[in-house]
Amino acid sequence: MLGTEHPNVLQVSDLHVHVKSNNGINTLVQDINITLKRGKILGLVGESGCGKTVTSMSILQLLDRKTKTIEGSIVVKGRELNGLDDKEMRKIRGKDIAFIMQNPMNAFTPVFTIGHQFIETIRSHTQWNKKQATEIAIEAMHHVNLPNPVKLLKYYPFQLSGGMLQRVMIAIAACLHPAVIIADEPTTALDVNNQKIVLRHLDKIRSEYGSAILLISHDLGVISEMADEVAVMQNGKIVEKADVFQLFDEPQHEYTKKLLNARSILHLDEPIIHFA
Amino acid sequence: MSLLQVKEVTHSYGSRSIFNWKDRSKKVLSDISLSIEEGTCLGLLGKSGAGKSTLGKVILGLERPQNGQILFQGHDIYTADNHIRKKIRRNLQVVFQDSYSSVNPRMTAERIIAEPLENYEKLTVAEQKRTIVELLERVGLSEVDLKKYPHQFSGGQLQRINIARAISLKPKLIVLDESVSSLDMVNQTLILELLRELKEDFGLSYFFITHDIKSAYTISDTLGVLEKGELVELYGSKNQFFTSEHPVVKEMRGSILAEHPRYRSVRTREKHTKSI
Ligand SMILES: Nc1ncnc2c1ncn2[C@@H]1O[C@H](COP(=O)(O)OP(=O)(O)OP(=O)(O)O)[C@@H](O)[C@H]1O
Ligand SMILES: Nc1ncnc2c1ncn2[C@@H]1O[C@H](COP(=O)(O)OP(=O)(O)O)[C@@H](O)[C@H]1O
Ligand SMILES: [Mg+2]
Ligand SMILES: [Mg+2]
Repeated sequence: MLGTEHPNVLQVSDLHVHVKSNNGINTLVQDINITLKRGKILGLVGESGCGKTVTSMSILQLLDRKTKTIEGSIVVKGRELNGLDDKEMRKIRGKDIAFIMQNPMNAFTPVFTIGHQFIETIRSHTQWNKKQATEIAIEAMHHVNLPNPVKLLKYYPFQLSGGMLQRVMIAIAACLHPAVIIADEPTTALDVNNQKIVLRHLDKIRSEYGSAILLISHDLGVISEMADEVAVMQNGKIVEKADVFQLFDEPQHEYTKKLLNARSILHLDEPIIHFA
Repeated sequence: MSLLQVKEVTHSYGSRSIFNWKDRSKKVLSDISLSIEEGTCLGLLGKSGAGKSTLGKVILGLERPQNGQILFQGHDIYTADNHIRKKIRRNLQVVFQDSYSSVNPRMTAERIIAEPLENYEKLTVAEQKRTIVELLERVGLSEVDLKKYPHQFSGGQLQRINIARAISLKPKLIVLDESVSSLDMVNQTLILELLRELKEDFGLSYFFITHDIKSAYTISDTLGVLEKGELVELYGSKNQFFTSEHPVVKEMRGSILAEHPRYRSVRTREKHTKSI
């Protein structure tokens, strides 16, 4: 495919998102510049409401264009996405850029089984038949530690726990080995054991298939495990971007320092946990 | 008398559904007994799919267990007469993980918080407004937020609104199911602080369901661990979690991610190379 060898699989330049409302025009994010290289992970951190999800939704062109304007350029594998119509974007989503949504419940339609939705997604992007797609789905669910995938495929979304749904979504996103994975808070519903299993799996997809990952998380444990580079967002702007070691060891921006300090507040009176 | 008693509760899903006829024997909860004293917080830890939310629903009166009893102030919540059930409903509130889907997007903060008040308290317009402003201030928001809609709040702020609504009737017990899991550390800390204050000021009790060890430890007095539907540990003091030799607990402790890239354990296969 065109541009596959280009080292920058995702290039976001001067991204601005505005929203129109009764009180005029508001800026949700501004001056966003992001480069994702093949096989690399960029962490995006920031307080809730700072614009992380808006950024990922605009990359995927999922924002409602009636009320929102997206300015700037979003290039994936050499192709400009900003302004593409929905039909074109549907071909790209899932295959070239996969999205792990923040809220697993919203990612599924309540009236179809998990299996139906999983298998349809695979088939809409590949030539595989139903049987092959089912096998791939089952294997992908094993990778994220879901027990009894054959049974789960017959379930409706409401019959799965929050963490199980989140893992199904990750399985769907990873199984087509996309060039870019945008993971918006991918492990918020997972316990530590499953979190680790899922992170290992994402890392495997990255190292084996070269997928680049934009990893959005408020969890500094997840970021420090996974990221090569980290961007810190505050009030819709990226205020600091650095190598992960540098960021944790020598944060420059006051806001970054605040976030890093909040890390220890929770376990200040917790002398028994030893991190190592 | 304990505020809440869970007595030998056993439950499996699907007894009313034709879909999982065969799974009927698979227990989601087996023989759970525990209690919550007034003014205390019981934390419930467990892996994804362990049955935590199911137990939460059983306690809230939303999922009638196949066996066992839930006693609230000594009354069996599933067999009590209507008058008592109404009283129980008022004293038993809930806050879920996903702040956005817990509210009606077309209602202002004022309407959201007013709902339970209108159902239970007959206040004058002025009294009700004053009460709502007080509640908003209590959770760190203010009068200017009254007329805002859900999308105009960040996740952390909206979760405060959910808490304001939950405490509006001064309930005895709040079930919090992953209520802070999707928030960043700054907001998590603020909300946990707020919960602690409310507990001290009003003698509130909590059933705090989470997969997150740190937040459970921060807020709880007593702590239970659920594994595959069984309550494998129940600690009178939360500190016992850190000395327990139970394999499930040891595994949990061992999977806590260190919050610094130096102690990575997932991405270890390749040497981290500094990028620009
Ligand atoms: N409505 C339902 N019908 C059938 N099975 C269900 C239903 N709700 C939950 N289950 C099953 O019950 C088990 C426990 O689910 P529950 O939601 O209680 O887990 P949980 O401990 O809250 O997990 P998580 O941390 O992932 O939210 C799971 O195997 C799930 O598939
Ligand atoms: N559809 C929308 N209309 C107006 N404001 C929005 C919309 N979606 C998000 N926002 C606002 O944009 C900001 C960033 O939101 P979001 O990207 O979801 O934050 P987060 O960093 O937590 O993912 C918030 O202040 C939010 O209220
Ligand atoms: Mg978000
Ligand atoms: Mg749950």
